Amino acid sequence: MDFFKRHFFVALSAVLGLIIIAYVGARGNLQLVFGVVVPYMAALIFVEGLVYRVIQWARSPVPFRIPTTAAQGRSLPWIKRDLGEKLDNPADTPHLIGRMALEVFAFRSLFRNLRTELVKDPDNPEGARLIHWSYKWLWLGAIAFHYAFLVVILRHLRFFTEPTMGFVLMLDKVDGFFQFFTPAVYLSGVVLVAAVGYLLFRRITNPTVRYISLAADYFPLLLILGIGITGILMRYFFKTDIVAVKELAIGLATLHPKLPANLSSLFYIHLFLVCVLFAYFPFSKLMHAPGVFMSPTRNMVCNNRWVMHVNPWNYPVKFHSYAEYEDKFREPMIEAGIPVEKEQ
Amino acid sequence: MAKTPTPAELLPGLSYKPPEKGWMDVKPDFRPGTYCNPASPKWMEWINYPYPAARSIPEDEWALPQDWKEIVLQGMEDRLNRFRSLKLFFDICVRCGACADKCHFFLGTGDPKNMPVLRAELLRSVYRRYFKTIGRALGEIAGARNLTEDVIKEWFFYLYQCTICRRCSLFCPYGIDMAEMTLLGRELLASVGLNIDWAMASVAQCYDKGSHIGAPPQAFKDMIDFLAEENERVTGITTTPSYNRKGAEVLFVMPSGDYFADPGTFTMMGYMLLFEHIGLDYTLSTYAAEGGNFGWFISHEMGKRLNAKIYAEAKRLGVKWILGGECGHMWRVCNQYMSTWWGPVDFLEKPVSPITGTRFENAAVHKMVHISEFTADLIHHGKLNLDPQRNAHIKLTFHDSCNTARGMGILEEPRYIINNVLPEGNFVEMPPNTIREKAFCCGSSSGINANENMELRMQGGFPRANAVRFVHDKYGVNHLGCICALDRATLPTLLEYWVPEVGVTGISELVGNALIFPDEMERTTDLRDRDLVGFGELAEEAGEEEE
Amino acid sequence: MADYKNEFGLFAERPKVEKKLFDRNKVIAGLVIFIVMITIPLWQNLGKIVAAPVPSLDTPVIKKLAEKDKKCVMPKEWMRANHMQMLVDWRDNVVRTKEPNVTISRGREFVAPDGKQYLASLTNTCMECHSNKVEFCDKCHNYAAIAPNCWGCHLETGKKMAEAK
Repeated sequence: MDFFKRHFFVALSAVLGLIIIAYVGARGNLQLVFGVVVPYMAALIFVEGLVYRVIQWARSPVPFRIPTTAAQGRSLPWIKRDLGEKLDNPADTPHLIGRMALEVFAFRSLFRNLRTELVKDPDNPEGARLIHWSYKWLWLGAIAFHYAFLVVILRHLRFFTEPTMGFVLMLDKVDGFFQFFTPAVYLSGVVLVAAVGYLLFRRITNPTVRYISLAADYFPLLLILGIGITGILMRYFFKTDIVAVKELAIGLATLHPKLPANLSSLFYIHLFLVCVLFAYFPFSKLMHAPGVFMSPTRNMVCNNRWVMHVNPWNYPVKFHSYAEYEDKFREPMIEAGIPVEKEQ
Repeated sequence: MAKTPTPAELLPGLSYKPPEKGWMDVKPDFRPGTYCNPASPKWMEWINYPYPAARSIPEDEWALPQDWKEIVLQGMEDRLNRFRSLKLFFDICVRCGACADKCHFFLGTGDPKNMPVLRAELLRSVYRRYFKTIGRALGEIAGARNLTEDVIKEWFFYLYQCTICRRCSLFCPYGIDMAEMTLLGRELLASVGLNIDWAMASVAQCYDKGSHIGAPPQAFKDMIDFLAEENERVTGITTTPSYNRKGAEVLFVMPSGDYFADPGTFTMMGYMLLFEHIGLDYTLSTYAAEGGNFGWFISHEMGKRLNAKIYAEAKRLGVKWILGGECGHMWRVCNQYMSTWWGPVDFLEKPVSPITGTRFENAAVHKMVHISEFTADLIHHGKLNLDPQRNAHIKLTFHDSCNTARGMGILEEPRYIINNVLPEGNFVEMPPNTIREKAFCCGSSSGINANENMELRMQGGFPRANAVRFVHDKYGVNHLGCICALDRATLPTLLEYWVPEVGVTGISELVGNALIFPDEMERTTDLRDRDLVGFGELAEEAGEEEE
Repeated sequence: MADYKNEFGLFAERPKVEKKLFDRNKVIAGLVIFIVMITIPLWQNLGKIVAAPVPSLDTPVIKKLAEKDKKCVMPKEWMRANHMQMLVDWRDNVVRTKEPNVTISRGREFVAPDGKQYLASLTNTCMECHSNKVEFCDKCHNYAAIAPNCWGCHLETGKKMAEAK
């Protein structure tokens, strides 16, 4: 099997395996394990793992201030910069916060994305030329995916809070605004599955992206696809007693876990995949979420020349001192009429 | 030396389709023309670098030290502890591929390992294998692989096919900077004795003598004096610089490329004319005769060892502040590292232009001003007497050097100068996706502007040259302007190869061309002895020729 | 020069990095924000014990029913998960298609699994027994934060009665 197939099928089998485990568990009277023990463990691993990883990063210093300057920097007072430039090359903290907010909430850097292709051009002596054009599909796919996922997660808060928070109800209303099908179809769910599908499709069909993809890239996509599909199946096709779901969820959230009897295997599969996603998060590339906040090329003010950055492990180095230099070249320097410190 | 294929031979073979085999199973093809020679032991001994040996790359004998593996892994651990950037960039990449077609080496060679993401994976795979539980347990399927000699060879091949230009970092949604990983990867290579000769020779020479070109003080003075004479010959103006003069107001530091070879020398002439024009009290130093810093291309520490001379010399000479010439990586180093390396620079004053009184607030702590900022300020205050018609024979486009664009943010100043020293309509921009912060690299920066890897350099510079070709064909552009000495050293070769009709010029050269002195002789040529359009007896004729 | 120790190789004196958290305040602030946000459900529910809703069957009609007739049109467990689907099918058959529906009802007729026929009607059939919307329907709907759109058209039985009187 070639590299791609190996990595793809390992990821696929892993997700299918997880589904089977959950199914067998739900059928085999292990509801307590899959309904209570695993979720608590996953939540603990998620929080502790994430905190641990962030702290591990923070244990290494940022020795140099290396922001990527993505626009004209602060310069002479009459060189005017518009807001976009000030955000792409922030000279102070408010603008830095703006840059980070754009990065986190709008995926600013990905929005810049271009596509470059080599096209035949008989007018060129070389016979070809490069063309570059703005390419927003990856950005669109990514932003659709992340926001849809966020909305889906927030909507699920209705299972974890009693009374349900107002904004969740509101979100629910907006998300189900187009009332077709019963229960009303949530746009976020559709967008989530479509966007994950696009990202997966792109990873598999784009030859260069497929070439660099590892099992660790397919696995989260397939896992999330599995979560989305089981969720949709449960809501629209193989209905689960939603009151029982809330009983379980609120029991977990109030630390008085209670196991309702009336929960389907499909629900346990859904829940287990979610748990795996959370537990997997801190040990995977999904850590890009907290990581982007700590990225030194983005989270630093571009003020190197007027605010000194201190490197905590800065150590003195030996350099060729002027005295050594003059000792070496004194004679020719004097001869050439270059001033020296010592005449001999 | 390998024969470099012609453009028409190179392009048809170019494809961005990756091979069938997985990347872990593909070994680098050390074809002559695509790699840099390993450093000669002589240079390494000069600066006390470990494991000097005569190495021959295509051969199997790389003369690695016996415990090379421990050294590399220890070095990696050490750098993970010292650089959060490395840890983070190893951990958070999602392999989205946004960086892939942003790298000029990928676009020029089609080699998938030149996609920044995969270049990083070359290092990351080893990190996973030795520093991550999952990589240790699962091996290849977790994207981990053993550190073998082949891996080291691969690093050597590909880390010296990265010019640290940061174009990938601009597009990365998390700001992952291949440049940072390349630099630290090169440090690991250096720790087992693997360096490239071109960079190492420059570093050793610079360490010892004062500049990359290895000119001792008297030779340095000779070269500058010669350029001063040239100025006098062309313009009739005496521009006599001083050397190592204590008490001057300003220490001027430029890259050695500017006094060593054409067309950089014309930029140097331009600086001197400018300073003469405004009567600047400045001095040059034979000791800090190098603004550029090839040391940084090898390791952070070596960068610091070379860079320290600039502040040390400013302190010794008792100048008020430092003025820096047109150079890309010099300014990235000066901007990103210089004051951090040195500490508080309390022996200098906040830079103030003695001509206009402008306080350079943006250099308040670091106390070094970029020549483009300085010149733009002079022009803005009307302190320069300029005749743009003297540049009428130049139809210019401007190449943003990657380092000043993405590592510092100087984009407008040079454009402001250009618009004031060129006649209207003589400046056109290249396509927007290839300039400013999105600029393509010259393809030969970061110490790989050697001769033996010419094919690679021409491939790496292809995206840049292609954009130049576009404006040349469309608008008749005949000059590529830049504020970088490495550009002036490498772009002429690149353009000679891809777009031979276009020459390369520094911006200060254009300023020098345009300056009007009250006591000058009648100007009929530019600094390169080319006839001006519309001047002197030859005016009409020359004008026709230019058309 | 020979005595100079640089960062490399066996003679290296490696730069020491302090064992501590760098950018401590920012990192800890970020983590605290993260933990607070992720645990909002815990805080919000702190100290509460939320009992599952028990829909009340205490209506005059149900009370009057004989013990053997005290059953819904479909099994209780099925109804808990699927009643909304059934109601929508009823609605569609009655109001829109008027076609016999193969799964669940024929026109206005609904035949239960035990063969008993019912009128497919929310107001007249369901709410005849479950006349206590607040105690029956709303209890679970509120609990699970569901806003069914039944009541956009249908009046509550109680209200209708009151108005009729």
